[in-house]
Amino acid sequence: MLDFLDPTFIFDRAIPYLNQGLLMSLGLIVPASLIGGFIGVVMGVLRVFGSPWIRRSVDSIVAVIRGVPLTVQLMILYFGLPSVPGLKIYLSPYAAALIGFIVCTASYQSEYVRGTLLSIRQGQIKAAQALGMTRWQTIRSVIVPQAIRRALPGCGNEIIYLVKYSSLAYIVTCIELTGEAKILVSRTFRPTEVYLIAACYYLVMVSAATWLLARLEKALAIPGFGVQK
Amino acid sequence: MNARPNDTPILRAEHFTKYLSGRKILDDCSISIYPGDVKVLIGPSGAGKSTFLQCINCLLEPDEGEIWLGDRKVDVRNTRELCELRQHVGMIFQDFNLFDHLSAEDNVALAPRKVRGMNKQEALKRAHAELRRVGLEDKARLYPAELSGGQKQRVAIARALAMDPTVLLLDEPTSALDPELVGEVLTVIRDLASHGMPMIMVTHQMEFAQAVATEILFMEQGRVIEQGSPDELLAPGSQTRTQDFCVRLHDLCGGEAAAQE
Amino acid sequence: MHILSTIIEALPYILEGTLVTLLLVAGALSVGFCLGVPMAVTQVYAPKPFSRLVSFYVWFFRGVPVLLLLFLFYYGLFGLMGIDVGTVGASCLVLGMTSAAYQSQIFRGAILSLPTGQLKAGRALGFTDLQSIRTIILPQALRLSIPGWSNEYSILLKDSAMCFALGTPEIMARTHFVASRTYEHLPLYITAGLIYFLITLAGVTMLRRLEQKVRIPGYNTAGM
Repeated sequence: MLDFLDPTFIFDRAIPYLNQGLLMSLGLIVPASLIGGFIGVVMGVLRVFGSPWIRRSVDSIVAVIRGVPLTVQLMILYFGLPSVPGLKIYLSPYAAALIGFIVCTASYQSEYVRGTLLSIRQGQIKAAQALGMTRWQTIRSVIVPQAIRRALPGCGNEIIYLVKYSSLAYIVTCIELTGEAKILVSRTFRPTEVYLIAACYYLVMVSAATWLLARLEKALAIPGFGVQK
Repeated sequence: MNARPNDTPILRAEHFTKYLSGRKILDDCSISIYPGDVKVLIGPSGAGKSTFLQCINCLLEPDEGEIWLGDRKVDVRNTRELCELRQHVGMIFQDFNLFDHLSAEDNVALAPRKVRGMNKQEALKRAHAELRRVGLEDKARLYPAELSGGQKQRVAIARALAMDPTVLLLDEPTSALDPELVGEVLTVIRDLASHGMPMIMVTHQMEFAQAVATEILFMEQGRVIEQGSPDELLAPGSQTRTQDFCVRLHDLCGGEAAAQE
Repeated sequence: MHILSTIIEALPYILEGTLVTLLLVAGALSVGFCLGVPMAVTQVYAPKPFSRLVSFYVWFFRGVPVLLLLFLFYYGLFGLMGIDVGTVGASCLVLGMTSAAYQSQIFRGAILSLPTGQLKAGRALGFTDLQSIRTIILPQALRLSIPGWSNEYSILLKDSAMCFALGTPEIMARTHFVASRTYEHLPLYITAGLIYFLITLAGVTMLRRLEQKVRIPGYNTAGM
């Protein structure tokens, strides 16, 4: 390691290489957080307002997904499904990773949404009804605006987790940031530098996401609201 | 007395019975409101006063009983009729239940906009008028967490008034307030009463009840057991349960208040 | 029935991996605890430069994926530092260092939630600050930390599955090995998932018992 942190290597070789990986990472993170977030909200609402039968089944699906490592889920999707005789579902690495991330994010998000919906005081709903609002008007004008603000910190955290767990796509050979870094290392034998640079990419993504979420939280903040007594 | 038995009452709740987890909370309670009526429900805690009040606008659905709005029977299973009933009947809660995510003016303007379809400007104008009526126009932009308990309750009253209710239900409006804040809320309520707003009120403020009530209903174990004008029920030596209850209440609270001073 | 016999044959081998997984989790929790407690105390009580240092550590380890950290340390930094701890040791250390970042924040939150009068009362009795922290603050803060800690356990358990990328012979690595030979991927991975699920459940139940046991009457840990 004579030329440790050699600028030519970093700027001409490593960064262009890792930028490609970054694109793939974003290609996983953005759709997974959007679609997963949406499904998570639906699941959370079902877990609170659904019929007992629906509530119980969604609850148990979430419990299983949260109790099993994402690594195992990805392996099942990518290696497991094709081995089912008669079914033979072959997923591309990208599809397997994306589906795994969506399922995982949705389950964790639903947990926050559920907690938030349960935390809205009964009195708020009663007051809306007493003014003659319909169920739908109550949900739209009172429950949702309060729920969004309460759920934002938790759901934002989940997106940050997703940024980091997107590195697991490497396990199902979907080559994103971590995967590209691994390949570059195997060609150049400079693990410390390459992995450190890749780490910086993640740090930037995570810090940017944290900053944006804090901005959003501040923009939506209401004096005294959300301070739990 | 304002009651004119020959006219149709504005609102009539008849033969209400309500069970909660197998226990009979309300047992055949009835009440009717004529223009200018201020009816006060009193009684020991657990007597079913709040339940009765919440059944009148169907926040709790009574198991038996009928609600009449004027000369029309309200079908509470019909969402449209139910919402219409609730628009006519304003409600003030013990713990205010202001919408925590909205400022005072938006709290008042929300229902006129969403339920009555006013445009935003019109609704806000109305909200300011109502806030002025309760003496809080300067606090219009503040959020519930920035208001004192008494101010919150006054905003809640403004919120109910903005829907032009024909009757106002008040569920212990001063019980959650610090003693020094009770007065400002009672002043607003007394003012409304003197302008002829019909009300049904649950309260433990006996002196206030005696001063503004046109009729007192004494409840115990889910039943209305005594009913009459304050003068009848509260006359010294009238030997009514109401009078007995009030004397005991006064001994307890009055003694305490005297000790505090 | 062929599937069932494959699983039964592979089970002892995979269960051996379970021991490795549990070792990883126990090791990582301990490393995280030993680093996390002093880090939390530093962050709350030490002068700015020190607490800044801890904040930087927390920022780094919470911002970089565990998988990348495993690669960075195992293939890179440990070699540079001349440390050779094998795959199990490296996995344990990396998971532990990551966990330290998270655990320090759990402890920090717990310390900050204690009333400030506690430290004052200690000082008034003539304790040095370090003594008060050790004998008054930490015993309370650690009790408050148990719910967060049990969460950390299940997170570490799931994260430990990534260590198979280094070839650490834990549940996943062994399952993958058997699966790639027998081509019974699905049943084997489901078995692995079931094992993880059961260990999570067992661990969380145990920690809940611990919480009951160290509870001080009237001292509320709910809602933390």
